[in-house]
Amino acid sequence: MNIAVCIKRVPDTGTRIRIAETGDGVETDGVKYVMGPYDEFAVEAALQLAEAAEGGEVALLAYGPPATQEALRSGLAMGAHRAVLLAGEPTMDGWATARTLAAELSGWEADLVLFGVKAVDSDQQQVGPMVAELLGRPCATAVSSMDVSEGVATCRRVVEGGREVVEMTLPAAATITKGQYEPRYASLRGIMAAKRKPLEQKAAKEAAVELVVEALEYPPPRPPGRILGEGPAAAAELVRLLREEDKAI
Amino acid sequence: MGEKAGGGGAAGERGAGRVLAVAEVAGGTLRGASLEVVSAARRLADAWGGAVDAVVLGEPGAAEAASGLAKWGADRVVGIEAAGFGAAGPGAHAGAVAATVREGSHRAALFSATPSGRDVAPRVAAKLRCPLLTDVTALDVQGGSVTAIRPAYAGKVLARVRCTGDRLLASLRPNALSAVASPREPVVEVRPPDPETGSEGYRVAGFEPSGGAFVDVSEASVVVSGGRGMKAPENWGVLEDLRDALGEAAALGASRAVVDAGWRPHAEQVGQTGKTVTPDLYFAIGISGAVQHLAGMRTAKVVVAVNADPDAPIFGVADYGIVGDLFEVVPAIAEAVRKLGG
Ligand SMILES: Cc1cc2nc3c(=O)[nH]c(=O)nc-3n(C[C@H](O)[C@H](O)[C@H](O)COP(=O)(O)OP(=O)(O)OC[C@H]3O[C@@H](n4cnc5c(N)ncnc54)[C@H](O)[C@@H]3O)c2cc1C
Ligand SMILES: Nc1ncnc2c1ncn2[C@@H]1O[C@H](COP(=O)(O)O)[C@@H](O)[C@H]1O
Repeated sequence: MNIAVCIKRVPDTGTRIRIAETGDGVETDGVKYVMGPYDEFAVEAALQLAEAAEGGEVALLAYGPPATQEALRSGLAMGAHRAVLLAGEPTMDGWATARTLAAELSGWEADLVLFGVKAVDSDQQQVGPMVAELLGRPCATAVSSMDVSEGVATCRRVVEGGREVVEMTLPAAATITKGQYEPRYASLRGIMAAKRKPLEQKAAKEAAVELVVEALEYPPPRPPGRILGEGPAAAAELVRLLREEDKAI
Repeated sequence: MGEKAGGGGAAGERGAGRVLAVAEVAGGTLRGASLEVVSAARRLADAWGGAVDAVVLGEPGAAEAASGLAKWGADRVVGIEAAGFGAAGPGAHAGAVAATVREGSHRAALFSATPSGRDVAPRVAAKLRCPLLTDVTALDVQGGSVTAIRPAYAGKVLARVRCTGDRLLASLRPNALSAVASPREPVVEVRPPDPETGSEGYRVAGFEPSGGAFVDVSEASVVVSGGRGMKAPENWGVLEDLRDALGEAAALGASRAVVDAGWRPHAEQVGQTGKTVTPDLYFAIGISGAVQHLAGMRTAKVVVAVNADPDAPIFGVADYGIVGDLFEVVPAIAEAVRKLGG
């Protein structure tokens, strides 16, 4: 079974985000970049599926600046077999990103294409199902676990009040959320091996962008709060304020 | 944009600034978030001199359940319904919405960023070959041009974004935009879905309830979240009791630490790798306030923190804090809330 995983290079979630002087982007200096946390779940899911199928290839695809090679290498170190980087500058327009990725993937023979449920920078939560539409494949989103047997992928999706079971006929696509997947740490051997695995870089075929970020702003700071007191004695005052001042209950 | 844009000016004419609101009915009742979507659609349509169509997909009776949307500004409520269509899958639903937009030449289509809206909207965008703004928290319309505010980087910044294409597709974050009444005569239409399903190769095969189907944390107007300070999963009764005291619109949330420990399902996780919530009231109980947690709840209107550690960072963002042992403080809050109820 051949599995493609789309990964994006994003700022580490602990990083402080500063707005650049131009006002329409973020400062990149001093920011630590990583593979998206949900994309790590997707890589883990792909490796588990390939292991269960006892064969097949896990290939990574990223669209991003050349430095994205690092994130791809960390996926190779986890155990993926090869990687392709479409060098370019993705924007907040997920529809443009989806077309760029789909143009490449249409030449791949992947039984499954996996995505993270969202990229934690643009937070658009849309690229996976858009690519699937472009490739004409079924796509299950927010999948917390999946297995494949006889050409059918059985997915469990996190939905309100429980988990929905979805069956898809391959070739298919899915976006992966946390669920049962715990991304493996790369072993030292894995890291060494990753250096020799194929990583191809080529120029992205970038699509026209129709979402323009005019400005970034910091959210209004929360007004300083107040400590009402200590212990259960403060509860009555809290509830009074919530009712009378905030009308929140 | 549309084929016949600009002509006539009669509200409801094709292409003349018509806006589609995609409403949701769950378990036979209209979701609260759908009122916000229709209300936002009304504002756009008013600015463009067009009409608002609300579409609802699902089982027979869906349109009837949504007919109240006339009060919030829908000129027409269209139900695309058939037995089993509720579980036909997101591809089929997206196909039906895309067909509706094409047929009505809607200049904008708005969804709510509920789990279902997030699943369906990107597929509609791809079918219509246009971009999508997810999780919008404000829409500003000036003449023909609309700018949207949407959080990025897990809410660490707000982006003001303009869509330069002909058609605007957006999903709105529940609870972020308010619903404003704008009553119309209810006009309800029902039609069956196109047999061309759009869900080839995709089958909903079952549902495993996680017990207690309460309101989803991302839509709840009150959220009671617990963290590692809860000490053990069997202690959650304390939070359930407070949730029950707060009424039907309250939901439980959790920090990642307790989700990772397997104490709570991931569906409840609030934060950067969980859900983003904008409730009227958020309780952080035994949660330290790591940046990744704050990312998910900083847009809550009022934040209450209960923590044993007076230096916990959560107090820096809480409107009200109580320092103390949560096992003493939380039951006291629940009791005080119950007293209000009389
Ligand atoms: C990539 C990444 C993504 C992440 N995503 C998320 C996310 O989506 N959501 C999220 O929440 N975290 C996320 N985290 C984890 C985050 O960094 C913190 O580790 C986590 O939020 C801590 O959870 P906590 O507050 O429950 O636990 P702790 O930090 O251990 O805090 C427990 C608190 O309970 C208090 N306490 C203890 N006993 C009592 C008592 N009896 N009464 C009152 N208070 C008490 C303590 O004083 C302490 O403040 C992420 C981390 C990374 C690296
Ligand atoms: N530039 C990119 N390169 C590769 N994969 C991407 C890119 N952008 C988004 N993706 C994939 O799509 C998922 C969802 O992204 P988004 O829709 O932007 O939240 C991510 O988790 C990735 O799997």
